[in-house]
Amino acid sequence: MGATAHLDFIAAAYAAAVIIIGALLIWITLDYRAQLHTLAELDRQGVSRRSGATRAERTIEQAKAAANAQAKEQA
Amino acid sequence: MALLDFANPARFLRFANTVIPWLSGVTLIVFAFGIDQAMIAPDDYQQGATVKIMFLHVPSAWLGMLAWGVMTVAALGTLVWRHPLADVTAKAAAPIGAAFTLLCLVTGSLWGRPEWGTYWVWDARLTSELILFLLYLGVIALWRTVDDPSRAARAAAILTLVGAIDLPIIKFSVEWWNTLHQGTSVFRMGGSTIYPTILIPLFIMAAAFTLLFFTLLFAATRNEILRRRVRTLQLMQASQVT
Repeated sequence: MGATAHLDFIAAAYAAAVIIIGALLIWITLDYRAQLHTLAELDRQGVSRRSGATRAERTIEQAKAAANAQAKEQA
Repeated sequence: MALLDFANPARFLRFANTVIPWLSGVTLIVFAFGIDQAMIAPDDYQQGATVKIMFLHVPSAWLGMLAWGVMTVAALGTLVWRHPLADVTAKAAAPIGAAFTLLCLVTGSLWGRPEWGTYWVWDARLTSELILFLLYLGVIALWRTVDDPSRAARAAAILTLVGAIDLPIIKFSVEWWNTLHQGTSVFRMGGSTIYPTILIPLFIMAAAFTLLFFTLLFAATRNEILRRRVRTLQLMQASQVT
């Protein structure tokens, strides 16, 4: 069998490999960038897991602030 | 470092950010060498130049099965050991394994047409490989369908463990049934039936595919950790608004 026989099938197989693996690489790369972009956006909006008080603590702080404000008004 | 050391997502992210660039570089180098060796490998006395499809087909088949093996271990990690990153790894590996299995099916068809005169036969090896591809699609669909990540993880883990039975079926199909697909020729009791001038490039390409798999797996796992971090922050943001 000659070296050029069925060259089209060989080329198609390698082309399929480039397409499938290339698509996988592109998808993973774009996904990574999208996640980083979203995290940066959330950070810009001040949303962070280590931004300070928990919800319960904020509620207590808000209640204290409201009580202080009321006391000042009454005074 | 033990596996448990990477249970911390932040630690895994630091590890992945360090390792992925180096792994990518090594993968490229090994691929370049492997493809060079594959192109200069001699033609097979029966198949001629179409034997060069083997350098894609066989490694992609092996990696498609390896990926499901990784998912199986991860499924046990989810259900039994409750490793924090087990389901993350399983979810990350599924699309990669599906891609390699699809590549195996496509290159196998393109190899089969000139060799067997047909793109497809419903023999045991081809059919079990197709079932593996459908299982991958099923797991991916399950992840996307179930909203709660922990419920999705458990359901996907169970499907993965059930689907693992397909791996030995694929492996031994050519021995258990009469198949058009050739029998075992690489890892055999009496040694490989493939001549070294073709076997060595095959192993180099297999190494390249394996490096590619782990590079992509680390990258996809990193993406999944970041995605869950985004979800957590978005839920926090929504609770702050209310």
